Amino acid sequence: MSQNITGAESLVKSLEHADVEVVFGIPGGAILPVYDPLMDSPSVRHILVRHEQGAGHAAEGYAAASNRVGVCMATSGPGATNLVTPIADAHMDSVPMVAITGQVPSAFIGSDAFQEADIRGITMPITKHNYLVTRAEDIPRAIKEAFHLASTGRPGPVLVDITKDALQASAEFVWPSHIDLPGYKPTTKPHGRQIKEAARMIVDAHRPVFYVGGGVIRSQANKELRQLAELTGIPVVTTLMARGAFPDSHPQHMGMPGMHGTVGAVGALQKADLLIVLGARFDDRVTGKLESFSPKSKVIHIDIDPAEIGKNRYADIPIVSDVREAIAQLIPAVTAEFDAGNRADLTAWWITLNHWRETYPLGYDQPTDGTLSPQYVIERLGKIAGPEAIYAAGVGQHQMWAAQFIGYENPNTWLNSGGLGTMGYSIPAAMGAKVGAPDKTVWAIDGDGCFQMTNQELATCTINDIPIKVALINNASLGMVRQWQNLFYNERYSNTDLHSHSVPDFVKLADAYGCHGLRVTTAEEVDKAIEKSMEINDAPVVIDFQVHRDAMVWPMVAAGTGNDEIQFARDLAPQWERGDD
Amino acid sequence: MARHTLSILVQDQPGVLARISALFSRRGYNIESLAVGTTETEGVSRMTVVVNVDQHALEQVTKQLNKLINVLKIVELDDNTAIARELMLIKVKADDHSRTKVLELVELFRAKVVDVSGDAVTIEATGSIDKLEAFLNVLAPHGIKEIVQSGVVALARGGRSIADRSNKNSERSI
Repeated sequence: MSQNITGAESLVKSLEHADVEVVFGIPGGAILPVYDPLMDSPSVRHILVRHEQGAGHAAEGYAAASNRVGVCMATSGPGATNLVTPIADAHMDSVPMVAITGQVPSAFIGSDAFQEADIRGITMPITKHNYLVTRAEDIPRAIKEAFHLASTGRPGPVLVDITKDALQASAEFVWPSHIDLPGYKPTTKPHGRQIKEAARMIVDAHRPVFYVGGGVIRSQANKELRQLAELTGIPVVTTLMARGAFPDSHPQHMGMPGMHGTVGAVGALQKADLLIVLGARFDDRVTGKLESFSPKSKVIHIDIDPAEIGKNRYADIPIVSDVREAIAQLIPAVTAEFDAGNRADLTAWWITLNHWRETYPLGYDQPTDGTLSPQYVIERLGKIAGPEAIYAAGVGQHQMWAAQFIGYENPNTWLNSGGLGTMGYSIPAAMGAKVGAPDKTVWAIDGDGCFQMTNQELATCTINDIPIKVALINNASLGMVRQWQNLFYNERYSNTDLHSHSVPDFVKLADAYGCHGLRVTTAEEVDKAIEKSMEINDAPVVIDFQVHRDAMVWPMVAAGTGNDEIQFARDLAPQWERGDD
Repeated sequence: MARHTLSILVQDQPGVLARISALFSRRGYNIESLAVGTTETEGVSRMTVVVNVDQHALEQVTKQLNKLINVLKIVELDDNTAIARELMLIKVKADDHSRTKVLELVELFRAKVVDVSGDAVTIEATGSIDKLEAFLNVLAPHGIKEIVQSGVVALARGGRSIADRSNKNSERSI
């Protein structure tokens, strides 16, 4: 006979049963009962952050780097609402995450009690599912289901809100032996007939492209993808969420498509006759104006979420499946077609692709006034830190340059906020990533705007021995907004000047947080500062790279225009072809 | 755009109605009518939702609804193969002068009078949306003081129940 334990003890036990190794959080009134037994847990480490948003992004970074479920915890009311941004972020980028919040006692619900917020209601549209638990005996089942939902099917955030009286009441602890969710049965295996049809369409296409999205990383399908790509010789593009799913050094890789993609990748999608879409969702930043996106292509769309198929673009062959499973089945199906002598010639396609790649490589101009180029800094960082490091970016120009100028060779090494575009993601996400992958070097590549939203987590890093490294691309502006003001608002820079070359002093700030602070203002100092940072492992490092503020992200497809109107530099559009379209 | 009737089986749990109605609003679809009630199976409720959308939007909203963990099954009920009924209570002005005419209309539409006062009658009417609209049109000249309606409920014709029909996760959903 097992004896009764409190709901709080039951929650901690449930986390242990769910193999949780770390929780990022902050205690407060309603969640307080949990923090007492949590102190004694032999396996669950709690990392005390400085803001709940940091807890949420840290859980995301942990999950993205380790392929495990990230866990964050907060109290009711403001603690819970501070988690809203990272929950929405995890929802958009399909990050497996469980958020646990305390709630006011059930008798007070609905009475506008102190620190009461209806977090279940608030997070309904931004979670995969959520729970309000009001009885101690329901806690283990809710936690077990939450981890199952977060990590299976299309991953996503699940919130479990638990009332204080449920945490304080006593009940027998029973870890459920099975999961009973009759309304949740994700399709993970592809339909055999559709795989055959897809294989036939693939071998017949003359201008096919693998359009690879973040689903390939989430389902850990990179090996299978490489096998299929090399088997077929078909070019690959990797979206912002899929950087690292296919090696950048691979000759079949055409780069990143989209608003700031390479001309080669954008051109490949535009002129294709077949898109083989793997765990991607035709996001507007990839398609540009939908009506003129890839107008002549047929579409094979493979995704685990049936609602993504046909949402933005009609799929000629829809395949609902785990993408790794589907690719694994495509390999023998395509091989069988090849063996039967069915194989279109891709020579002409590759001549075109190589022409674009050679004519319009990624590049940037060095500032003429002796100031530092942000792209150069990021390029050097990628070269020196190398493809084994993990890079977590904020949102804006530095994010795009980090996606463009660092060579990614491995999955789970590029973390960013793609769907929601959350400024402030980088520092806490890097912190979570370092906890999830402690043997890796983790670089936060952040802008001065983003950094000032969440940099207090440097205190968490210092105190908990989480030595991340921060490359602060400091252009003293909200750079991407400034770029748009430059291009579309007659260079009227309304409220984008942050003055952060002088206020705050980031080196002093780093010092105040117990980090090593370095400042770099010229190209000559860049390598030395990065190399020096690579040798420091006793505390976090912040390098304040004070860079040129007029640098712009190119290529660019302006918002609302079609991908054919991509410019690889200001007012310079590529010559697509010699009459083949 | 066309009117579609969806029958949705859901787990009878707190918040499920909010999940469903919120999904319609955040995806930009208006619900024309919604009715909820228990079913022959304990713990399972049935919602009948009428939406006015095009085919692509209907497919998208159905797929998004299917993603809700508490949704067990969704079936679209076709007007030709299903019976759809709505209940309406109508308070119409009717004095000694006009009461007979109003009662004639009630008779014609096979409705019934459930309350009478000196200057009004209250009518209970059931039927399809079209029938009730027609009924309201003929009553209008007499002066409608108040109406309340239940929302459409619908069942497929024939011997099969919704439980016998294709599951929400089958290939047919795409």
